[in-house]
Amino acid sequence: MGMTIVQKILARAAGRSSVAIGDVVEPRVDLAMSHENAALVINQFHEIYKGTGLEPHLWDPDRIAIIFDHRVPAESSKTATNQKKIRDFVAKHGIGRFHDLRGDEGGICHQILPESGYVLPGRVVVGTDSHTTSHGALGAFAFGVGATEMAAVWALGRVLNVEVPDTIKVVVDGTLPATVLPKDLILHLIGRISAEGANFKVIEFHGDTIERMSTSGRLTLCNMSVEAGATSGIVPPDAETVRYLREEAGVSDEVDLTGPDAGASYSETIEINAADLAPQLACPHTVDHVKPVVDVAGRKVDQIVIGSCTNGRLDDLEVAAGIVKGKRLAKHVRMLVFPASWRIYKEAMRLGYLSELIDAGAVVMNPGCGCCLGVHQGALGDGEVALSTTNRNFKGRMGNPNSEVYLCSPAVAAASALTGVITDPRG
Amino acid sequence: MGTVVLKLGNDISTDHIYPGRFMATVLPSETPQFCFADMTEFNARLRNKAVPPGSVIVAGQNFGCGSSREQAASTLKGHDLIVVAPGFARIFLQNAINLGLRTVICPEIEASEGDELEIGADSVTNVTSGKRFASQPLPKARQAIVDAGGLIPYARKLVVEQAS
Repeated sequence: MGMTIVQKILARAAGRSSVAIGDVVEPRVDLAMSHENAALVINQFHEIYKGTGLEPHLWDPDRIAIIFDHRVPAESSKTATNQKKIRDFVAKHGIGRFHDLRGDEGGICHQILPESGYVLPGRVVVGTDSHTTSHGALGAFAFGVGATEMAAVWALGRVLNVEVPDTIKVVVDGTLPATVLPKDLILHLIGRISAEGANFKVIEFHGDTIERMSTSGRLTLCNMSVEAGATSGIVPPDAETVRYLREEAGVSDEVDLTGPDAGASYSETIEINAADLAPQLACPHTVDHVKPVVDVAGRKVDQIVIGSCTNGRLDDLEVAAGIVKGKRLAKHVRMLVFPASWRIYKEAMRLGYLSELIDAGAVVMNPGCGCCLGVHQGALGDGEVALSTTNRNFKGRMGNPNSEVYLCSPAVAAASALTGVITDPRG
Repeated sequence: MGTVVLKLGNDISTDHIYPGRFMATVLPSETPQFCFADMTEFNARLRNKAVPPGSVIVAGQNFGCGSSREQAASTLKGHDLIVVAPGFARIFLQNAINLGLRTVICPEIEASEGDELEIGADSVTNVTSGKRFASQPLPKARQAIVDAGGLIPYARKLVVEQAS
C-alpha cells in the first residue's frame, strides 16, 4: 500500500520504514515554535521536572523558535511581564531562533518561520498555535499543540503518542478567475466540508491550480485548513517550493522533494474546478458559514482589516493597494493594515503599496496578531461589522461579542473599503 | 452523578470558552475566573461557586474548535466540569486529556439543563429522562496519558527514565 506524504514524514521521523493510518508513533521534532504563550510552556516545562531532582533541560535549544507577535508592543503590564520572563528564559537556555519585537527580524510567527528558512519539506513542525498548519505549504507536516504538549516536546524532543492521521485529497484544477484568490478557494472548501469536515485528518492539496500557485497562496490554504478541523494542510513540495526557499528564505541546503506515493490511500477525494469559483465570504459567526459575496453585497461595514498570518503577505498588500490606489475609502470606514512581517512591511514600503493604502485612508499598523483575535488594537464597538482577511469570525473574536466579523480575500476587503458596503471586486 | 448546568450548540469555539482578550492570563490557577466570560450569567455562577464540582456541560459537535489556547481546557478543569459532546476538535481534546479535564464523546447525547447524568465507562445515562447513550473511547493514542493522570506526570516519568 502506498503512503501519503504525511505517512512518509511520520515514518521517517519515527525511524520506521512505513506507518499505517491509525498507528501510534512518537515522531522526533525538527522545529518547535511558540509565541507569547511560551510563558505557559515555560511554567509547564518546570512542572514536568518538579520533584525529580533533575535540572530542567531543553532537548535542543536550536530547534526551538519563539516569536513575539500576539500582543506587540505589550498591551498590558501582565503581557510585558510575561514577555520579560520569556526573554530571560531564552537568554538562560540559549534559544537561538528568538524573534522579539524588532523591525529588523520581527513579525507574525507563521510568516517568520517560512521567510527565515526554518521550515523545510519533510520536516515535523509543531507550534503552540492552531495556525501552525500554515507550514504545510512548504511540504512539512506542521500542526498545532497545546502548551503542556509543547513542554513535553521541549523536554523530550518528540511528540508523544501521535496517531497517524487519515488524509483528504483535494484536487484543484483550472485557472482562478481574475480577483478570485487562494482565500476564496479555501473559504469555498471550508464551506463545502464544514468546520469539522477534516477533524483529525490532513488535507493534501493537488492539481494544476496548486502547482501554479505561489508559496504565499499555498500558505493561505494551509493556514486555514485548521478551520475545517484539519490536523494540517500540506502541499507536496515542488519547483515553486525550491524557488521560495532559495530566493525568499535564503536556504542553500539540499531540499527533499518527496511527495506522496501514487497508490496512497485517502479517506476521500474532493475535486474543485478553480474556474467556477467566485469571491467568497465567511459570514458570522462560524468560518464554515460561507456564501458568495454577491449574496451579501450591500451590507454596510465599519472596519476593514487587511493582514494577519492568513493574508498579510506582499501579494496581498499589492492586491489591496492596487484597488484603492488614487481613490479614497468610504467616509464611514476605517481600514487597518497589518503586514505579516517587518520584511514584508519594508518591501511594501519600498514598492509604494503602503503609501497608496495610507493615501486612500488606511492606517498601517505594526505586524502582529492582536486585532485578529481581539486582544490588542482594532476592537469593534457594539453593533459594528468588520470585514477582514483574517481567519476566524467566532462571536466575540474581535474583542466584542456584540459585533460581527465577515472573512474575505484582500480584493473583497479593498473593494468594500471604497464603497463602505460589502462589494464584489469583479465590479 | 452530575447535573447538566449548561447546554450548548455546535461549534463552540475556544473564543467562547475563554475569550482571547484574557489570553495574557496563562496559569491554570488563574484562568478559571474567565470561563465563558461572555456568558455573564453563567460566568457569575461559576465565580460565586454556585456550580458544584462534577457538574456537566452538554455541547454539540466540534466542541473546542479554533485556537490551541490551553486556557480553554484549564478554565473548565479549574471548575472541575465535565464536558459531554458528540465530538471535540482535535487540539482541544488533546489539551483536555493532557490536563485531566474529563471529556466524554457521546454521539447521540440528549439532555437538558437540570438533567442528572450518570457517566459510565462506555455510556452516559440521563437519569432524568431514563435514556442511555453509548459513548466512544478517547483516541487510543491518548489512553496512556489519561491513565497516567495527565501529560505532566506522564512526561515526568519519561524525563526521569531518559536521565537514568
